[in-house]
This record gives sequence, structure tokens and C-alpha cells, in this order.
Amino acid sequence: MAPPAQSQRSPSPSQPSGKSEVSDLKLQLRQLAGSRAPGVDDSKRELFKKVISYMTIGIDVSSLFGEMVMCSATSDIVLKKMCYLYVGNYAKVNPDLALLTINFLQRDCRDEDPMIRGLALRSLCSLRVANLVEYLVGPLGSGLKDGNSYVRMVAVMGVLKLYHISASTCIDADFPSILKHLMLHDSDTQVVANCLSALQEIWSAEASTSEEASREREALISKPVIYYLLNRIKEFSEWAQCLVLELVTKYVPSDSSEIFDIMNLLEDRLQHANGAVVLATIRVFLQLTLSMTDVHQQVYERIKAPLLTLVSSGSPEQSYAVLSHLHLLVMRAPYVFSSDYKHFYCQYNEPSYVKRLKLEMLTAVANESNTYEIVTELCEYAANVDIPIARESIRAVGKIALQQYDVNAIVDRLLQFLEMEKDYVTAEALVLVKDLLRKYPQWSHDCIAVVGNISSKNVQEPKAKAALIWMLGEYSQDMQDAPYVLESLVENWDEEHSAEVRLHLLTAVMRCFFKRPPETQSALGAALAAGIADFHQDVHDRALFYYRILRYNVSVAERVVNPPKQAVSVFADTQSSEIKDRIFDEFNSLSVLYQKPSYMFTDKEHRVPLEFADELGNLSIGEAANNVVPTQMVEENDKDLLLTTSEKEETKGSRNNGSAYTVPYDGSSTSVFASQAQIESAVSNPTLAGHSPQASFAIDDLLGLGIPATPAVPSPPQLKLNTKAALDPSTFQQKWRQLPVALSQEISVNPQGVAALTAPQALLRHMQSHSIHCIASGGQSPNFKFFFFAQKFEESSNYLVECVINTSSAKAQVKIKADDQNTSQDFSTLFESALSKFGTS
Amino acid sequence: MISQFFVLSQRGDNIVFRDYRGEVAKGSAEIFFRKVKFWKEDGQEEAPPVFNVDGVNYFHVKVVGLLFVATTRVNVSPSLVLELLQRIARVIKDYLGVLSEDSLRKNFVLVYELLDEVIDFGYMQTTSTEVLKSYIFNEPIMVDAARLQPLRPAAIFMQGTKRMPGTAITKSVVANEPGGRKREEIFVDIIEKISVTFSSSGYILTSEIDGTIQMKSYLTGNPEIRLALNEDLSIGRGGESANDYRSSYGSGAVILDDCNFVESVRLDSFDMDRTLALVPPDGEFPVMNYRMTQEFKPPFHINCLIEEAGHLKGEVILKVRAEFPSNITANTVVLEMPLPKYTTRASFELEPGVTGQRTDFKGANKKLEWDLEKFVGGVEHTLRAKLTFSQDLHANITKEAGPVSMTFTIPMYNVSRLQVKYLQIAKKSSSYNPYRWVRYVTQANSYVARI
Repeated sequence: MAPPAQSQRSPSPSQPSGKSEVSDLKLQLRQLAGSRAPGVDDSKRELFKKVISYMTIGIDVSSLFGEMVMCSATSDIVLKKMCYLYVGNYAKVNPDLALLTINFLQRDCRDEDPMIRGLALRSLCSLRVANLVEYLVGPLGSGLKDGNSYVRMVAVMGVLKLYHISASTCIDADFPSILKHLMLHDSDTQVVANCLSALQEIWSAEASTSEEASREREALISKPVIYYLLNRIKEFSEWAQCLVLELVTKYVPSDSSEIFDIMNLLEDRLQHANGAVVLATIRVFLQLTLSMTDVHQQVYERIKAPLLTLVSSGSPEQSYAVLSHLHLLVMRAPYVFSSDYKHFYCQYNEPSYVKRLKLEMLTAVANESNTYEIVTELCEYAANVDIPIARESIRAVGKIALQQYDVNAIVDRLLQFLEMEKDYVTAEALVLVKDLLRKYPQWSHDCIAVVGNISSKNVQEPKAKAALIWMLGEYSQDMQDAPYVLESLVENWDEEHSAEVRLHLLTAVMRCFFKRPPETQSALGAALAAGIADFHQDVHDRALFYYRILRYNVSVAERVVNPPKQAVSVFADTQSSEIKDRIFDEFNSLSVLYQKPSYMFTDKEHRVPLEFADELGNLSIGEAANNVVPTQMVEENDKDLLLTTSEKEETKGSRNNGSAYTVPYDGSSTSVFASQAQIESAVSNPTLAGHSPQASFAIDDLLGLGIPATPAVPSPPQLKLNTKAALDPSTFQQKWRQLPVALSQEISVNPQGVAALTAPQALLRHMQSHSIHCIASGGQSPNFKFFFFAQKFEESSNYLVECVINTSSAKAQVKIKADDQNTSQDFSTLFESALSKFGTS
Repeated sequence: MISQFFVLSQRGDNIVFRDYRGEVAKGSAEIFFRKVKFWKEDGQEEAPPVFNVDGVNYFHVKVVGLLFVATTRVNVSPSLVLELLQRIARVIKDYLGVLSEDSLRKNFVLVYELLDEVIDFGYMQTTSTEVLKSYIFNEPIMVDAARLQPLRPAAIFMQGTKRMPGTAITKSVVANEPGGRKREEIFVDIIEKISVTFSSSGYILTSEIDGTIQMKSYLTGNPEIRLALNEDLSIGRGGESANDYRSSYGSGAVILDDCNFVESVRLDSFDMDRTLALVPPDGEFPVMNYRMTQEFKPPFHINCLIEEAGHLKGEVILKVRAEFPSNITANTVVLEMPLPKYTTRASFELEPGVTGQRTDFKGANKKLEWDLEKFVGGVEHTLRAKLTFSQDLHANITKEAGPVSMTFTIPMYNVSRLQVKYLQIAKKSSSYNPYRWVRYVTQANSYVARI
């Protein structure tokens, strides 16, 4: 044994300059490479450790590649592991050198010890070098068939790695179908779980280009696979359970007894100590019961306790993730949580992001019975050392005041804030009092008395100052010295830095002028002069406008500036209900923590595979974006998603009108539609382009599927529908939640219909011609989901329909809800008849 | 699915860095650290555990001052990743005995070995210490536990002369004792964190116990064990409101609002005789978490008085009484109270002759601090502080100060009355009699008295 002399002088890792140390190591490794002396492995271990420690702190040790490989001809598994780690890290940047490792890795893949076989296979697949893929196929193939489950587990992930290096090699070797077989037959659950992960990734990536892949992807959420996995769920590791549960979320059960079976099976998962398992289970429960209002409500009650337990056990980080989900549920159904408000009290040592969530929850759950206690608690936080939270607590009090009918006690509290003499408290309270007065003008007397005592000199924040000035203008009648306060503010015009405040000042002086002209006249003159000379465009324009309208006609000016006001009943919500629903659809994902739907923060290719809900939210976009080339259309879709529901409704509404007048369509609109459909399918399914409905019909016929020449169409009943029915999506959603299911049935779709249903849009047009309008649609072959509505002719009675069509089984699951239950059967017949004509006309 | 995993020191150095999928740029650790460090310009707010920078999602948990981080571009389940990070920390601790920057640096090769088995291509494989044992070949290098004195991980269970083997908690699951033979032992810890808020008049506004039964087993041959809890234990509060404290008080029964269990627990006879059966895997894990809002006797009663005492002067009188038996002693008791912003000076007066107490006025954030090394049951302690103000009082002084918050650890005491009645190890041999340790501890989570 010849231990190198330098090894005593170990280079200090705190000096990451690198160069000389690396060449030192190189020399030492070279000396050890050929040595067979006893104990040489220990010296190698020490050197390898140094190399890896350099690698970790970011020193480039790739120049040692050759030496490292030479030294790795050993049976010492610890050394091997270190070498694998090193090779995996640098092979990508040294593809030529990586070739050196292939030999020994391939040899190790055939080792007697399954550990070594597995490790070698994992390293081999981790090289990430494209021109070496040919060496992977063989070892992977035998790895998948290995008798040892550890090796199979590694091999399955290896297939996925290979797919990412070279998708075609992976597909050509037919690995996906081997994985599929393993998934359904392997005895080891981790192998099964890995197959599921790998297949989901592969099929989702392939689905955009291959119809077969998208069918395979759908097959993963088919009944046999789901049931196979669900029945074994307790054998899986907790992480794999999450994976399975995630998959189950996408499964659409055929009837309610199936839903209850699944829920009963998963019931005990809610008692799991792992929060990820519990949240995944909750998502399944919530999704399954979406259209069963009562059960959905029961689910909320059921999941409350487990969620609260998770929030209070575990690390602060874990409890934050759970709390965010609880927050979402509380915001959706505050009444369910109104007796649990004490759980949402802030603790003094919690981080701000937790407190903020809790404040919002407290605001949401406040009702007649708990408001007093909640507001008392919030007032405690107003004196909090954490000023941003103190401010938000005051805002929360204000929000509660705005949403309550009985605001007596709250107004007193707010007025007490004004007397607290902390400037940020005063500032927040002023803004709130202003909002409160806009909604409850009847409180003006009490409020104005207190606001009148506040010296404007103590208010510095622009928002608060603007609020105070607004009140001075609005209530100048009741505030004795309003004109003089305003006058002194006008005198200090140049010192006022905020344009918002100056704008408010102009308006307030105008208003005051109309109420108390003699006292305000000089201030108005000064304000207009200062305003017109103002460098800020808006201020200048408003002053000039006031000046001119006053010159034109004073009474007109009064009508413009000082009209009688209506109390504001509801302040606009900042987030549209559609956005909120989309976040809810993405339960148990980052969307909930960021409070944004995934398309706002994730690139398209990184969205969770198989996101059915994602597509469903995509309201019949194809029709909105006419005459655009396919590549642009993808972008259009994303932009369209950003539109609010009302904006979408407008574009859709106008379209509805257009076609409603021309039934059946004239030739031109049909041709537009046809080309449209082609673009649509070209985007989602390039291989399908040119695949016309007739062609597939012919094939179906050849296969002798026995299509009846004239499908048995039930005769249309007497019910007449409104051709120009209109319903906005939020009303639809509300009704859908409120109404019970009147009818639920399975309808067969005739083969022509199946063939014509290449994209959801095709059916929309058809149903519209039968006065049944679509409000949302989505999905890809073979699963499509639609929400339709129709209105009774000359009556405002609505029918709502959820229709899930599976083209491979040629079945449609239809759920009908109706304002007028008595006619739902008639409507159902009408609907069935309309659907049965699809593809035949 | 995650893309990278790394551990950063408090200073932001990479201790371990593993890239699983090569989808996120290598500079992510630096981007992450800068973001966490300067979350808000004023430095007041902490970064949330999950955030997104340029399409990359960063997850982190803090464990013993280290940052365990994962990155991904995919919209994954946040609970899944945060749970995983916590679990990785636990597995590493199981192997290294002690989790610290020092032990990680000494054992980083072993840590890489673990990471390769825990996650493959970003997908979780296994986090079971037990399963991992067969894949892991590096031997842990022990760090000197004595050097970690200030942390004293085992000290929370120390109660006077009744000593518990302090080393146990810092023992690796794979390392052998110096003597060569492994000591057969099992630890069951009942850890209760309590939150209480007192109103200014001393009335309890909210109270909650968050408890965990934690287990750490060093038994060979994986025998099944049975853990019996109070027979009068009941779960779920039925129809009553969760915040109705009066109804159950004094009845003696232990009523949990809710609880959850680790996967491997069998609950076959739980409904009948309140026993949990399980084969404890190696390493540390929580058998059961529970939550209670049933009323309990708060271990400390706090009384605080603040008033003006002449021109630009004020006085604080803080009284704390321990409401537990005198054979119990609480450790590391700290009381804190924010004082009015315009306080410039505070002079303290402790009771004559007391030792082991320390007082401080933090000028920067105007906080009063009172540390008591030991607090014997049944005793009351008082602190007087004379304050000097830089300006006249505007409003009520009580609106400018407080609340009083308190942290403490009370070994061998639990407020919930939940108990482990017995711990049975099912092994045939009569000579087999491993050490069984059942330890209780109560800690303050949020213990606040308003003034």
C-alpha cells in the first residue's frame, strides 16, 4: 500500500478556490487506481468523499472523471455508490467520458447481488446522455423482468428516465405496455406505484400527438384500474396512496352507489397522520359529491375535525398548507364553520401569513350569533405589535360590519379605533368609516360627530386622508367647520404629494360649495386655480372640467357633482367566482396556497397530468377564436381563460343570438364551423386531421357494429323551449347547487353521433339548434363533459343538464335538474331525442 | 414529484444538494436563499413555506435551524412535499442520531445514499427507516452529543432526580453501542403542547391541547407491542359545540375532539378497550396525534398590572403562580411583555433572595423579558418593573402594552390526563425484558394573558 504523502495535508473545504486541490486529488486517485494493496478501499473512500464534498459546494470536479471511473473497479458497495453519484452528476456535461462508464455499469447490471443490479441500473439511466440510449434498452428490459422487486422498482423509473432522454426509443421498445402489465400484475406495491407515475407522465406527454396514447391515458382512470388500485390501497406506502387518490379524483363513477362505495372504502384514510393522504382523500370526497348537494354538505361536516387536527399537529409549515385548504373551504361554505370560529383566533407567535388567513376566515364565518365575540377578539389584535396584522384586523372588523345587518355594536368599536390615537389605527378606521357610510348612510350622525374631532394634521396616509376629505365634502352640512378644514387643506395644496388626495379635495370642495356656498366660495376659487395649475394630468383635467361646468350652468354642475346618492348594497368582490371555482377544482395543489388557478403560475407542460377539470373550465373556446392559425389558437385559449365569466358570457351571448335567428344554419356558417372543427382537431390531435366523420362511420359499419338504419327516435313531446334562452354561468352554478337531481339516466349515443364528436364544439351547435344551450364543455376523446341549459318557451323555468359522454362506450350519463320538476320527464325526452339526432342530420 | 432537494445552513451554504430531474437551473439554491432572507424590505415578515419565483415552486421547512428545501415546476400537492421534507429530516435524524449542521457535514455521503433511495427521479420511493436499512451501507459518523449542550434534546424529560437516559434520543438506529451489543429499549413519549388565552380579567377565552404520542423503538426482531390508554377515553364531542367548555369539566373522562394515527397502527380493539396494537418500525414516529378543547387546569396563572406612577413614569407588577403539585418542576420558563413604545428605561425588582432568574428590557422592540430557570409547583413569583417614558401618555396605558406571553416546559406532567396504562411487548421468551420508557411532557405553544 502506498498512501500518498499529500493525503495528510487535507485541503480545507472552507477554501473553495479549487484548482490546486482538484489536481492534487487527480494525482492521488491515479496512484490508487491500479493498487490492489490491502486497505486501499479505505483510502479511496476518503478521496471519493472529498470529491463529492467539492461537488456539493459547487467546485467543478468534472476533470476527475477518468480517474474516478478507473478507481471504481471495486466490490466495495459504498465506493460504488459514491462513484455512481459522481458519474450521474457529470455524465451529462461529459458525454464522451460517460461512454467509459457504460461498460462497468452494464456489467454491474448483471451482478449477483440485486442491490448492485438495481444501483447500476439506476445510475445507467441517470446518465442523461442522448447518444448512449442504445445501451439502456437491454438492461432495462431485463430489469423489468428481474426476480427482485428492488430491481424492478428501479427499472420502472428507468423507463421514465429513458423516455425523457429519448421518447422514441422508449416507445419503440414497447416499454409502456410492459409497465401497464406490471402495474396490474406485480406483487410489489412500490413497483405498481412507480408504473402508475411513469405511465401518467408518458401518456400525458404523448397524448397531444397520439390518439392511442390519449386512449391509454383515459384507460388509467377506467373502472377496472381504479378498482384494482383502490382495493389494494392499504398495501401502498403513504406516498403511493396519495398517487392513487389523485388518480381516483379524475374517475367519474357511474352512479351514486358507486360513489358511496368509494367513500366508505376511503373513510378511514381521513384518520391518517400524514396530511397529504388526508387532503388527497378529502379531494376525492369533494369531487365525487359535487352534484349531490346534501352529501357534499355532509362531507364538509365530516372533514372538519380531521382538518383541524392536522392544522394543530405537525410543523408550522405543514399546518400552513392544511390551513390554506381549510381557508378555501371556509370561504366557500362559511356557515358550516360558524361555530368553530375560536379555532381561527390568531396566536401571538404565529407568522403573518397564517394570521392573515385566519383573519379572513374569522371575517367569513361571522354571523348573528358570533359576531360580538369575533369583533371583540379582532379589536385585541388592533393593538398588536405586528402593525400590518393590526391594520388587517381593523379592516376585518370593517368587512364584518359591511356584511352584517346589525352593525350597532361594530360602529361603536370602529369609532373607538378613531380615538385610540395610533396613527395607523386612525388611518385604517377612517377608510372603513367612509365605506360604512356609503352602505349605511343612516349612521352618519354618530360617525360624523367623531370624525369631526379628528385633526386632519394627524392623518398622513393618502388613503385615509382621501377618506376624511370625502366625508368632509359629503357631510359638510353636518360638520360645523368643514369649509374651513377644506380651506386650510387647499392652502397647503403644494405640500400634498398624493394625486388621489388632491382629486378628492377638488370634489369635496365642490360639494361643500353647493351646500354652504358663502363659506366655501374662496376655497373653491383657490382649489380650482391650484388644480388647473397642477402638473398631474388627472387633477388638471378634473379642475378644468369643474371650472367649465360651473361657468356653463351652476345647477347642472350641482347635479353632476352632488347627485342624490344610493347606498351601496354590496361591494364588488375582488376575485370572480369562476376563478374561485377553478381553485376549488384544483384542491390539494399549490393553487390553493397561491390563491390562483394553476394557469396563472405554471407553464402548460408542467400542469398535473390528466387534469380533466382544467379542460372543463375552458368554456367553448373554439368558437370564440375564429379564423386563427392553430399555433395562435393555443395562446388564445390561455388568454381566454383570463377573461371573467361575464366577459365570456358577452361574447358567447352575441354568438347565441346570431345563430338563434338562423335555424337551421345557412351554408356559410356551417362551412366556418367545419373548418373550425378541423383546426380544433388539428390542434389537439394532429394525426386525426383529415379523419372525417364519414370515414370512421364507414369503418364502424365494416366492423359490423350493427347500426340501425334509422335510430328509434322517441317522438318529441309537447314541451316547447325558448330558442333565445339566456342564463349566466353564476346563476347556473347557483341553481345547480340548489336544485335536486330530478332525473338521472343513461342514454345510448348512436355511432354517427360518436363519430361526429371529435371535439365538444360539434355537439354544442347541434344541441343549440334544438334550443338546448351549452354553458360549459370540456374533455377529450373518449370522455366529454357538458353542462347544458334550456328554458321553457315564454316562461322563465329552467332546465339544467350535466351530460358526460363516453365515446368508447357510446353512452351518455345525463343528470337533469329543473325549476319545474313536473315537466322534467318531458324535457328529458326532448333532450334524448335531440341527442339521438346528433350526427344524423 | 419534485425536481431538486437541498439543505442549506443558516448562512445559506449548500450542505447537501441533489438534482433529480434537471428541470430547474442549478442556481436555485441561491435564488431561494435570497428570497427567503429578504422576503419583505422591512424584514418584518417571514417568507411563507411555499412560494413561486419565475415558474419554479420552492418548498421549505425549518428543522434545527437548517432549511430543507425542494423545488418543482409542477403544480403538486403542497402537503405532500412539505410532509416529505419533514420526513426526510426525520429519517436523517434516525440515522445520524443527532440532526445538526455538523452531523450533516460529517455524514453527507450517507445522506446522499439515503436521498437516492428516498426519491427516484423526483418520485417518493420510501421514507421508512426500516425499509431503508437494507439499502444503506455507509456507517454514520457520530458527532459528540455533549457538544450540543445548549440544545439538550433529552433535557425536556428531566424531572429532578428521576433521570431518563438522555442519550437515547441521540442514538442512531443503525449504530451499535460502544460495548458492541445493542440495548433493547423502547421510548413512548406523550408530548402535549397547550394554548391558552386569558382575558384581562383572568377568564379563559380559548384553550386547546395538541398532543402527540411519539415512539422510538430500538427493539430487535420487531415484536408487536400493545399500548393501552385510559379506558374512559372518548373521541368526538358529538352534538356539543366544540367550544362549550363547561359540560365535561370535572367528570374525569378524557374527551378528545379528534385524533389521527400512523399507518401501521391496528385499531381492532381500540373501540373496546382503548388499546393500540402495532409493530413499531425502527426510528422515531408519531403513533397518534390528538386534539382536545376539553377544559383543563392551566398550569400557570398570570396576573399583570400596569399603571401610571407619576409624570413620565409607570409601573408593572407581574405575578405568576404554578398550579401544579410541588413535586413537579417546570424548566426554561420565559415571560415576555411588550411595553409602551415610548418606554426608555425599565428597572427591575425581583423577590429578595431568589436565584436562577434573569430580567431584561429589550430597547429595540420595547419588550420586557423574565427568565426563570426552574419553577417549582405551588409557588408564586413576582416581578416589579419601574418604567420611564419619553413622552406623556395619550390614552389608556393598558392599550399600549401587553399581552403577556409565556413559554415553559414541564417534564413528567400532562394536563390532559391521557395516560399510557401499560406497554406490552409480545415476545415469547421470559428472559426478554427490554427497557420501557414512558415519558410525559407539557410545553407551551401559545400561552397568553391579556391585560
